Amino acid sequence: MVIYENVLCSVCGCLCDDIEVTVEENKIVKVRNACAMGTTKLLNYYKERNTKPLIKKDGKLIPTNLDEATSKVAEILVNAEYPLIYGWSLCSSEAIKVGIELAEEVGGVIDNQASVCHGPGIQALHNSGLPTCTLGEVKHRADLIIYWGCNPEDAHPRHLTRYTLSPKSKFIKDPKERKLVVIDVRNTITAKKANLFINIEQGADFELISALRAALKFEEIEEERVAGLAVEQIEEFAEMLRSCKFGVIFFGQGLTQSLGKSKNIEAAIALVKDLNDYTKFALIPIRGHYNVAGANEVTAWQTGFPFAVDFSKGYPWYNPGETTAVDILRRGESDAALIVGSDPLAHFPKEAADHLAKNPLAVIDPDISVTALAADVVIPSAFTGIEVSGTAYRMDRVGLLMKKVVDPPEGVLSDEEILRIILKKVRILKGVA
Amino acid sequence: MALLIKNGIVYDPLNNINGEVMDIMIDGNKIVSSINESKAQVIDASNKIVMAGGVDLHSHIVGPKVNSGRILRVEDHYKDLVAKTRFTRSGSGYSIPSTFVTGYRYAIMGYTTVCEPANPPLKMIAVHDELNDIPMIDKTSFILFGNNWIVMEYLKEGKIKECAAFIAWVLKRMKGYVIKIVDPGCEEEWKWGNDIEGLDKEVNNFGITPKEIIRGLCEVNKLLSLPHPIHVHTNMLGTPGNYRITIETMDCVKNIANNNQPLIHMTHVQFHSYGGSNWASLSSATDEIADYVNKNKHVTIDMGQIIFTDTTTMTADGSFEYKLQKLTGERWVNSDVEVEESAGIVPIHYRRNNYVHAVMWAIGLELALLVNDPWRVFMTTDHPNGGPFTYYPKVISWLMSKKARERVLKRIPRMSRRRTNLEDIDREYNFYEIAIITRAGIAKILGLKNKGHLAPGADADIAIYDFNPKQYDPSRDYKEVVRAFSKAAYTIKDGEIVVKDGEIIKPVIGKTFWVESEISRDLESSIASSLNEKFRDYYTVSVDNYVVPKDYLYKPWPIQVKAKI
Amino acid sequence: MTLKVLLITGRSLRQGVGKEFGKSDEKYMESVSLCEISPKDLEAIGAKSGSNIRIKTQHGSVVVKAVSSESIKPGMIFIPYGPYANILLGGDTNSSGMPTFKGVYAEIEPAIEERVLTIKELVEQYYSR
Repeated sequence: MVIYENVLCSVCGCLCDDIEVTVEENKIVKVRNACAMGTTKLLNYYKERNTKPLIKKDGKLIPTNLDEATSKVAEILVNAEYPLIYGWSLCSSEAIKVGIELAEEVGGVIDNQASVCHGPGIQALHNSGLPTCTLGEVKHRADLIIYWGCNPEDAHPRHLTRYTLSPKSKFIKDPKERKLVVIDVRNTITAKKANLFINIEQGADFELISALRAALKFEEIEEERVAGLAVEQIEEFAEMLRSCKFGVIFFGQGLTQSLGKSKNIEAAIALVKDLNDYTKFALIPIRGHYNVAGANEVTAWQTGFPFAVDFSKGYPWYNPGETTAVDILRRGESDAALIVGSDPLAHFPKEAADHLAKNPLAVIDPDISVTALAADVVIPSAFTGIEVSGTAYRMDRVGLLMKKVVDPPEGVLSDEEILRIILKKVRILKGVA
Repeated sequence: MALLIKNGIVYDPLNNINGEVMDIMIDGNKIVSSINESKAQVIDASNKIVMAGGVDLHSHIVGPKVNSGRILRVEDHYKDLVAKTRFTRSGSGYSIPSTFVTGYRYAIMGYTTVCEPANPPLKMIAVHDELNDIPMIDKTSFILFGNNWIVMEYLKEGKIKECAAFIAWVLKRMKGYVIKIVDPGCEEEWKWGNDIEGLDKEVNNFGITPKEIIRGLCEVNKLLSLPHPIHVHTNMLGTPGNYRITIETMDCVKNIANNNQPLIHMTHVQFHSYGGSNWASLSSATDEIADYVNKNKHVTIDMGQIIFTDTTTMTADGSFEYKLQKLTGERWVNSDVEVEESAGIVPIHYRRNNYVHAVMWAIGLELALLVNDPWRVFMTTDHPNGGPFTYYPKVISWLMSKKARERVLKRIPRMSRRRTNLEDIDREYNFYEIAIITRAGIAKILGLKNKGHLAPGADADIAIYDFNPKQYDPSRDYKEVVRAFSKAAYTIKDGEIVVKDGEIIKPVIGKTFWVESEISRDLESSIASSLNEKFRDYYTVSVDNYVVPKDYLYKPWPIQVKAKI
Repeated sequence: MTLKVLLITGRSLRQGVGKEFGKSDEKYMESVSLCEISPKDLEAIGAKSGSNIRIKTQHGSVVVKAVSSESIKPGMIFIPYGPYANILLGGDTNSSGMPTFKGVYAEIEPAIEERVLTIKELVEQYYSR
C-alpha cells in the first residue's frame, strides 16, 4: 500500500493539489480531500474501460491493434484538405505541443475548448486587456468576492473553501470580513450562500455592467429599472464595489455564452479598470476543464494565437468566427477530424456536430466518449494525472506538474506518445520523414 | 566534428584580440587549440568579422507575462506571420515573437545565449515549459525576489543567513540564475492599489524599506557567491526626475562593495535617467548617471534603448503599467502573483515626433556613449519594452556612427534635441567595443566563463558577420553595419553550423542553465523544514508541487558555486 | 398545453460527477437528460416533476425528464450541458466562434407517452451518416 500526498486533481480548473491517494496493487482504493467530481474520477476512472483501439468496419467499431489504428489516423489526416484537430483541455501541455506540430504538418486547424467556453473572454482580452491575479492573492486580500454567471458550488466545488471565502489569510483575520456576491439568472446553491444575490434577467449582463459603471461615476441613470433591478439597488451595489479593500470578480459562462458574449467581458474589464481608480480589483475567468487554460497558453506561445489556429496557409492564422471549430463544422468545411481529450458530440450544438459525424473521424481519449460512438478510429489513452504525468495550468495560469500514481493498463500509451506515433506516420506518408 | 574557421577578422576582447586575422578551431562543442585540418570542415571567413556568439543580458522572451502579451496583442502577429520551412516551425512576431521564432531570430543575428530577466518563482513550471520551446539558444531565467514576503520577513528579522539559504533553495529548486529585484517593496503596496515613493518609506504590514530590501539582497548575493550581481530595476521607473533615486539605489550598496568588484547591476537605465519634474519638463540626466557610473566601479548598467516602432511594454513593475495605461489610454493587463510579485503589460508606439519618446531615444544612446568603460555598460532594448531585439543591428549602427545618429536627430523635435546631450557627443564605438557590450562584457558580468570569448576551452558558440572593415567604414557605411549584423553569414552553436547566410539550416535545442549555490547542510535542512508551514499559510500550492524537477528541462545545465554560509 | 420559455444550458454537479463515471454510464445519461423547470410552469403545461416533456426550438426537438426546481424563475428552463441540450441549440456564432448556449427561445409541452432516448439511441437517430 502506498499513500501519495499532494496529488493534483485532473478534473476542473481549480487543479487542487492537496489530494491524498491510497494505492493498493496498482489500484486507487482511497481518496481524501477531493470533491465529489474528483473522488468519483479517481475511484471509478478504470471501470468499464475500453483498452483496445477500435476501428470501424462494416459500420461497427471492432477491436484492432495500435499500429493499424495509428496508421488509419495518419491516413485520414494526410488525405484531408482541411482537417480539424480539436480538444486538448483534458490533455497535458506535452500532448498539446505534439498536437500543434501535427496540425502544422497536415495544414489543418487546431482548436481547443476555449472556443466554446472562455473564448469570448480571450477575445475581450485582445481588445481591452485584463486586470487579474492568482488565486492566492484572493485568499489573502479579498474582502469582496463576486461570482458572476458562474456556479462554483456545482462546477468547481472546492473553489470557495480553498481560494475565496474561507482559506487562511495573512490579512483577513475573520472570514466574516469577506462579503460574497452572486449574480446569476438562477438561484443556484452558490447563490444561496451569498451575502447578496442579484437575480439578473437573462442576457442583461451588459446593461447591468454599464449601469454600474455609470453609478460608480455618480452619473444619473434615467431608467427606473435596469436588468430587472431597481436603480437604487444598482447604486448600493456600486458603493459596495467602490468601498472594498480588494475586490474580485470571477466570471463564468453566464457571461461568455449569453447574448453579447465577448462584449459582456469587455464591459466587465472596463468596470474593473474603473474600480482600480478607487481600490484594488481583479477579474478572473473561472475555467472549466483542468487544462483548458494550458491549451491556450501553449498554443499562444508556439503560434502567437490562443485557440482556433489555422495552418492551411503554412503559417498560423487566427480569426474566431472563421477558424473556430463550431463555425468550420457548421459551414461544412472540414473533411476530417481528430478529437483528443474532448467530446464535441456531447457539447457542440447539433448543427455543428452533424458535420463532425459525417467527417472521417478519429478519437483519442481515455474514455469511450459520445463522439467515439460515431468515430472511424478510437484510440484509448492513459489518464493524465493518474496514469501518466504531465503539465497543466490552473484557471489563474499557474502551471503545475501532475503526478502519476498508478501504471496504465498494458499497451495503453499517453496522448503524447500516441500523437508522436501518428506524427511520425504522417511524415512517412508525406515523404518528409 | 571538427570545424576550421579560416582567416576571419577576429574580435575577442576577453583575450585582447582586436581585429587580428586568424583561424579558430572547433572540436565537438568546444573551441580548441589544434585540430586535424585535413578532416575538418572549413569555413572561409576571410574579409568577415568573427566574434563569440552574442549574449543578451536582459530580454523578456518567456513567462506568463510575456505570453499574456502575446495573447493581448494578436494584432501584432498578423503583420509578421512566419511560415513553416523544411527546417523550421511556423510562428509569428512582431514585438513578442512566438517561442520558435524567438529562437530563430536570435540565431540569425548571431546570438547564442539569452537571459529572461523577470520570473516569479510560483510560475517557474510555466517558464520552463515555455523555455523548452525556445530553440537554437542557451537560456536562463532571473528570479524575482524584491517583493517576496518570505524574503521581506527574514530581512526584517535580521536573519540574513536564513534569507540567503531560502534564496539558494529557490534558485536551485526553481532553476533560476540571478536575484532579480523589481520596484522593491512597492509592488507589495501596489497589490493593495497603493504607491510608496522613495527608498526609505516602510512597506505596510512588513515594516521594511525598499533600501533595506536592496541592501539585504545584495548581502545575500555575496553570501551565496552568485555569478551575477543583484539585477535591479529600481523604483520610480519611467518618472521624470527619477535619476536621483537611481543614483541613490546605486549608492546604497556602495559600502557593501570590496575590491571595486561590480555588485549591483542596474538594468534598462534609460527608463531611470530622467531629469525634469513632469513630462513637460522632461530632460536627459545621463550626465549625472554616467558620472556616477564612471566614478564607482561597483556598478554596471544596461541601456534599455528605445526604438521608434510599435511595441509592447511588460514588467513586474505592475504599478508603473497602471500609470502608463492611465497616461496613454491603452489596453492594460495586470497580474499579481501571490506572495511574490506583480506584473503589467501595456502596448506602446514610440514615435520620432513625440517629444518624450525622442528624449528617451537619445538617453539610451547617451548612456552607452558617456560611460567610459564598455565593460560596465551593455546593449539591450529591454526587449520588448524599448523595442524588439531584432533592432539590435540598428542600435549597433547608432553606437558606431555619429552620422547614423544625426540622421535620426535631425528628424526629432527641436525641443528633444535641446533637452538631451546626444548632438554634442562625438564618440563612436569600434568593433572591439561592440564585441564587449554585446557578448564579452555580458558573459563576464554573468560569470559565464565559457561564453563571450574564443579561446580554447570556450563553448563553440560563434558568429561570423559579412562585413569587411578594409572595404567599409562603419561610421560612414552604417547601413552596411545594419545589414551585416541583421543576418549572420554563419552562426555556430555548440560546434554546429546552425545558420548560413542569414537562414536557419539546422534547428537545435540549447541548454537551460541555472545556479546551485552550495550552502551548509544544516542551514539547508533547517530552511527546507520551515518552508512546509510557510507554504501552507501563504501559497495555494504545496512545496512538493512548487518545485521544478531537473528532468523537466529539455537540456538542464546546473552551474555550481560554493556559498560562504 | 404548450408554453414559451427561455432555455439556459450549463454545468451541474450531477453532470460533472456523472461524466466521471464514463459517458456510457447510466448516471451520466440521467444527469444530462433532464430539464429543470419552475413548479409554476410545470403546472401550467399540466406535467409533473419526473414526467417526460418535449422541448422544441427552431433548431430541433427532444424529449427529456422534467424536474421541478425552485431555483428556476418562471419563464425559464435549464438543461445541463450534454447531447440532449445540443439538439436544441443553433450553430450560428455571429462570427464569434461561440454558439448561444444560454438564452434560446423554446417551447415546452408534456410528452407523457414518449420515452427519453438513451445516448446510444440518440447518436444513432440524430447523427447517423
